[in-house]
Amino acid sequence: MRWVIGFGRFWWDFIVGDSIILAVGGIVVLALGLALARAGDGTAAQFVLPATVVGTLGVSLHLR
Amino acid sequence: MLSGALLLGSSFLASAVEMVEALTIVLAVGLTHNWRTALLGVLAGFLALAAVVAALGPSLVHYVPINALRVGVGVLLLIFGLQWLRKAILRAAGLKAQHDEAQIFERELAELRGGAAGGQAVDWTGFVVSFKGVFLEGLEVAFIVLTFGTNSGRFDLAAAGALLAFVIVGATGAVVHRPLARVPENAIKFTVGLALVSFGTFWGGEGIGVKWAAGDATIVILAAIYGLSAAAIINLLQRSAPPLPAVGGGSG
Repeated sequence: MRWVIGFGRFWWDFIVGDSIILAVGGIVVLALGLALARAGDGTAAQFVLPATVVGTLGVSLHLR
Repeated sequence: MLSGALLLGSSFLASAVEMVEALTIVLAVGLTHNWRTALLGVLAGFLALAAVVAALGPSLVHYVPINALRVGVGVLLLIFGLQWLRKAILRAAGLKAQHDEAQIFERELAELRGGAAGGQAVDWTGFVVSFKGVFLEGLEVAFIVLTFGTNSGRFDLAAAGALLAFVIVGATGAVVHRPLARVPENAIKFTVGLALVSFGTFWGGEGIGVKWAAGDATIVILAAIYGLSAAAIINLLQRSAPPLPAVGGGSG
């Protein structure tokens, strides 16, 4: 059991690290881009993707 | 051509940072226990890494559709890159202690001296510390090489960058036998963070169907946008909060 917890903790630290906002933000960025691309607005996605990345970083630092 | 050079450079810098960290740990084990213990840990770490890469590499390329791979890798690179960038920004703004390899080395030495066996016999505590250092830092290198290689279709360039870093860091460590404290680690982490986030946005975007108008040059444009944004954030943070005193090591 301790081995399983240690294994899970290792991957949590490896992927999530210090800020869960960045982990969630990384998924939200591409989900948002996917929604725009599916809606046929590929041009908007080109601007929304980097803007959301910068926003995620800013929020994570603001809430540190 | 452009993305190839960026790929090689990013792989080299990311690998160099992780290898400097691994070298610091191995040197501490070698100096407190013995070199046989330290090098056995290194060898075991490399074998474990090779097994992970051999297990994951081919399956990624052959069994996962390229767009699904790009989305998955894009998310991971974004998360990973944002973590590096966040730490580098906090350090540059003076809100987090600098990652000082000399201090980490001294701390490792002090911890290891408590359980040092001495002589030429293999010490298992030292072996595990050396193994973990190589395996965990190497796992980050393997992750970057695998994701860059699978997405770009240029495993050769991604692996060449890591190999070059291995040769330079390894040779330097073998000559100086001291931690590489003069490596500007935070500046390198900042650059690598920018590269990972830029590649992550680019490949992730391609995976979900975004057609980047500037083609491969988008990676450079994204890096410039993120670099300017990060500089602005550092400036804001420096103005809004008092800096930490210049002490401590910290991890990552």
